[in-house]
Amino acid sequence: MSAPEAGPLRMMGTLGLAGMCSGLAIVGIFLVTAPRIERNRAEALEAAIFRVLEGARSRVAYVLRGADLVPFESPDNGLPKEEAVYAGYDESGALLGFAIPAEGAGFQDTIKLIYGFDASARRVVGMEVLESRETPGLGDKIIKDADFVGNFRNLAVDPTVEVVKAGRTSDNEVDAISGATISSQAVVKIINASNERWMDRVTALTKAGGGGGGPE
Amino acid sequence: MAATAPTREDFVKGLWRENPVFIQLLGLCPALAVTNSAINALAMGAATTFVLVGSSLLVSSLRRWIPKQVRITTFIIVIATFVTVADFSLLALAPTIHKELGAFIALIVVNCLILGRQEAFASRRPLRAAAADALGMAAGFSFALFLLGAIREILGNGSLFGVPLFGENFEPWVIMILPPGGFLTLALMLALFAHVKERRERASQAAASGAALRRAA
Repeated sequence: MSAPEAGPLRMMGTLGLAGMCSGLAIVGIFLVTAPRIERNRAEALEAAIFRVLEGARSRVAYVLRGADLVPFESPDNGLPKEEAVYAGYDESGALLGFAIPAEGAGFQDTIKLIYGFDASARRVVGMEVLESRETPGLGDKIIKDADFVGNFRNLAVDPTVEVVKAGRTSDNEVDAISGATISSQAVVKIINASNERWMDRVTALTKAGGGGGGPE
Repeated sequence: MAATAPTREDFVKGLWRENPVFIQLLGLCPALAVTNSAINALAMGAATTFVLVGSSLLVSSLRRWIPKQVRITTFIIVIATFVTVADFSLLALAPTIHKELGAFIALIVVNCLILGRQEAFASRRPLRAAAADALGMAAGFSFALFLLGAIREILGNGSLFGVPLFGENFEPWVIMILPPGGFLTLALMLALFAHVKERRERASQAAASGAALRRAA
């Protein structure tokens, strides 16, 4: 009630102490929750792989060794910690395509997404945003707007994916969300950049028979 | 009144008479933005409750040591810390809800309801009163959010807590779960609260003048 009249040292001391306690609390909760959050993320990624590759029943992770994609092997079939793409196979073991995680700058913060890519048809067959902090109500429609997400179910990647505002007229066009043009462009830019990085590699792998035709 | 049960009064006022959303019109950003379903509304209410009660307890118990020149900064540090704790905990324990609420968890830091209670109440009053005040305000806030969320989900999606209510012939008013629905529902609730308040005031005035007349006779 009788808030003290404080000198400069007292003020700095109070703020310094408050900052230090706050720092300790935040680092503490981060350390406690980090393993669980990591696990949640892996589970979400695993589930998303099968959503962007419709019909897939099993998957194999491929990681880069030098310039080549090689199957990633782990004792518990867990996900690799490093950068990876995921080949999806149907019941008969035929390669359906690759689920490719990608990220890049959005309107406010990094957007992380995953998309399904059918290398033989050269088409994107599905897309899901994994993490974003786009403007609520506008930019976050890149997750929630069914029409926008629908653009990515059958999307040609040649020569590149383009954003249009007046409605989709060609197979390689994505109709931007009105009010969220920048977020829409960000998603497309991420996919184009990722295609440049991965397309040739996964195409080569597909031609080679999907790394042996199945996860067996 | 204050002599009988100050703590109880501190708690009760937040529920209705000084309801943060419907009467004080504080914290409207989350009240409009995340109330498109009952479960989101409740999750937001719970996160806000955690931050408000935690901050009030801490600020009230430290109130003698916080120099008043730096009190706002200190309150914000306290609040931001609790928000970060809530953010990480939700991310670990309820990732789907965290994804739904998105940036609004982090935005609890700037919910003026919380800073307002620190400045107006917790920094001046003892621990028990501050706890009662924070719990009351948080309950009033959660109640308001739940009401908005339930109305919007029932009309806009034909369900409550994800359970369909009306069968297949119900055509949902999609607008109710979109942003305009938030404004419509909030406006109707505000009108209702104002109406009830006015009627009560009129009734108590009538009662007072009636008693005066009887005394005169």
